[in-house]
Amino acid sequence: MSETKKFMYINRHAPHGTVYAHEGLEVVLIGAAFEQDVCMAFIGDGVFQLKQDQDTSEAGMKNFSPAYRALGDYEVNKLYVERESLQERGLSEADLMPLTWEDEDDDWAEKPSIRVVSRAEMSDLLEEQDVILNF
Amino acid sequence: MKFSVMVNEGPYTHQASDTAYQFTRAALAAGHEVFRVFFYHDGVNNGTRMTTPPQDDRNIVDRWSELASEHELDLVVCVAAAQRRGIVDADEAKRNGKDGDNIAPGFRISGLGQLIEAGIQSDRLLVFGD
Repeated sequence: MSETKKFMYINRHAPHGTVYAHEGLEVVLIGAAFEQDVCMAFIGDGVFQLKQDQDTSEAGMKNFSPAYRALGDYEVNKLYVERESLQERGLSEADLMPLTWEDEDDDWAEKPSIRVVSRAEMSDLLEEQDVILNF
Repeated sequence: MKFSVMVNEGPYTHQASDTAYQFTRAALAAGHEVFRVFFYHDGVNNGTRMTTPPQDDRNIVDRWSELASEHELDLVVCVAAAQRRGIVDADEAKRNGKDGDNIAPGFRISGLGQLIEAGIQSDRLLVFGD
């Protein structure tokens, strides 16, 4: 398959109340092997997926949040987070995991993967995609 | 046009599977190609032949099986999602030491790569969910 398409994985749900975030992340990690132009979007309650210091031990749920840290190694390094969604939930970028990736074209410099964008910018990003998967 | 379809909710609780079925049937009737239907999350529950709805209701699973048989439609159930929810074919049952299988006719169990491939190969990938 030589064709490269722009894939966006949209995350709309908080991480542990439903399985969408966890199984959505599994799709992203498997999909990384296909060498497409991949990004992720976090809107609405989906922004909670990137919250730092998640602790599910009392709830008895599997804490899969460390897996987001592996995304950079899979060259999934465009994680767009909607600013308005953060603000509506009393969050800021400082509350999110400091996810990074290493740029092999820039002497393996460590760069941030999370890009906070406005709702209008998010709308433009959606417009650019070939394939949108919605979790 | 070449379509693929993703079904993310189980039968009867959500309309997603019904709508996906109606779309798929209409697309085929209009002469379009449907490259694949991929079942994920609780959508894998559309693939059990143990489903027994009341006689005055639609049989969502049989409808998919019949459509697959009429059009050689590729119905793929995600293996990881299926294992969590107890959807097994004969091979999976043997591999995991289960005492039986329940996959419906026309469905097959495979990996998430089949979903990504569907996105790459199709002109449009439609997601039916909640």
